[in-house]
Amino acid sequence: MSEITPDVVTHLAQLARIALTPDEIQTLTGELGAIVDNVAKVSEVATPDVPATSHPIPLSNVFRDDVPGVTLTTEEALAGAPEHDGSRFIVSAILGEEQ
Amino acid sequence: MSELVTLSAADLAAKLASGEVTSVEATQAHLDRIAAVDGDVHAYLHVSGSALEEAAAIDARRASGEKLGELAGVPVAIKDVLCTVGMPSTAGSKILEGWIPPYDATPVARMKAAGLVALGKTNMDEFAMGSSTEHSAYGPTRNPWDFGRIPGGSGGGSAAAVAAFEAPLALGSDTGGSIRQPAAVTGSVGVKPTYGGVSRYGAIALASSLDQVGPVSRSVLDAALLHDVIGGHDPRDSTSLTDQWPSFAEAARAGARADSLKGLRVGVVKELDSPGFQAGVSQRFHEALELLTANGAEIVEVSAPHFEYAVAAYYVILPAEASSNLAKFDSVRFGMRAAVQGTVEDVMAATREAGFGPEVKRRIILGTYALSAGYYDAYYGSAQKVRTLIQRDFSAAFEQADVLVSPSAPTTAFEFGAKLADPLAMYLNDVTTIPANLAGVPGMSLPIGLAPEDGLPVGFQIMAPAREDARLYGVGATLERLLEESWGGPLLAQAPKL
Repeated sequence: MSEITPDVVTHLAQLARIALTPDEIQTLTGELGAIVDNVAKVSEVATPDVPATSHPIPLSNVFRDDVPGVTLTTEEALAGAPEHDGSRFIVSAILGEEQ
Repeated sequence: MSELVTLSAADLAAKLASGEVTSVEATQAHLDRIAAVDGDVHAYLHVSGSALEEAAAIDARRASGEKLGELAGVPVAIKDVLCTVGMPSTAGSKILEGWIPPYDATPVARMKAAGLVALGKTNMDEFAMGSSTEHSAYGPTRNPWDFGRIPGGSGGGSAAAVAAFEAPLALGSDTGGSIRQPAAVTGSVGVKPTYGGVSRYGAIALASSLDQVGPVSRSVLDAALLHDVIGGHDPRDSTSLTDQWPSFAEAARAGARADSLKGLRVGVVKELDSPGFQAGVSQRFHEALELLTANGAEIVEVSAPHFEYAVAAYYVILPAEASSNLAKFDSVRFGMRAAVQGTVEDVMAATREAGFGPEVKRRIILGTYALSAGYYDAYYGSAQKVRTLIQRDFSAAFEQADVLVSPSAPTTAFEFGAKLADPLAMYLNDVTTIPANLAGVPGMSLPIGLAPEDGLPVGFQIMAPAREDARLYGVGATLERLLEESWGGPLLAQAPKL
């Protein structure tokens, strides 16, 4: 059985930056437990002699020449932002008061 | 319904080229069709306000004698996962409601350059997570064959748009079957190209090592024509292959003309021909195999013993990559921001809570778990090894067969709500399509008839070795012609009149 508890889900939600409600934490605890138990079977055949595949068709050293090109303008880059001052994104305080 | 909307893209293109029809007329016919039926189907999230203008521009260029691409002036629908300048691109999520990208995805840019006319953006499961469009934040799309049933997912909008004659062509994206399964359950054609065959630039990423953009259509030739337009190397995608691709349309045309399949070895994947599949799906699948045999193909049974681990590996790799890709929705650079007081982190967490739907949260949390310290090797590391084993299974199978085949989906379209309460049941619906994504090989779904028990479309999946997409179009076009001869026309001619 998996070790998915409400505390684990709460911690994962903090890592993932999602303010889950207590109800969602309860529901996800049960659902994730079932899913994790199911996907754990991957370890049955993953023996040490089998190499890992990260990309199906591996390419290596994909470089391009470092030349200036046309990129987004500041205006374009800011166009979809919830809040900006014309040259920068605006966010609320990065540090909490006690920090 | 105007006759213009029932034409294949190839036939419409021929009429446009000969001057018998204008792009404005063809586009208007599709906009009328959308206005008439999309209230019921809900294939579109956004209908373009500039389609007629773009069509008129193509007509003017043609009138001036300019040599245009084969599909110039043909309308097309675009899955909402692809970024489009001037049209909202939400990926079916509230967190991107109203967001208009500052650039076009490469497949969109290539389509525009070839003169195709964008009709609008199609519905999908949020961030392409789902098999039914029930996870769209904007409500589900209905299957044109039966409004009580799902159109497949995640690209149910593109498949339904094509099947309901609201577009002759559409773009989709396929991470674990999101082009092929919707094609199967709506009686349309869908292709997931070889990984790296079509650029992912501007496709809002779900799982970067699995995602692939591809065509959705009502015929094999139409899919090939669109694939020819959108495919090929793109320096903006570092996983884009530099291969010189053959003309897929030529492969499809040759396949349609072929009078025999002699010499073709068709591998039936034992593990994907399950007794657990719906009886009518298995029946039509085996009838299609008999048709191939009767026309000279050799059927060989192949085994892919590790395919039984594919769904498990996929549901580790996909959430892991998705949890990382979706970190960009941070309420800073684009999309919504929740109106709460607090630090940037509080705002971010509240925004993601309000902006993401339940399936997205489920997969982000699952992916975060799979990547967290102490579990990485057991889950993500092991899943990547399973991926190697599945690739080896494919390599061995392709030594015995030129193409591999299976039903495209275990069942026909299921009813709304049937699998919504059980995420695992929904995940298992992708058992037939996931192996191709894990190995990067191309796959096609084409319709092979209606299941006797429910009268709904059944899809046939063809898979080829990586880089051999042309084989899909050749074999697919031959099978399509043989089937349509037996039906006396395309399967979608049998769909209920909307």
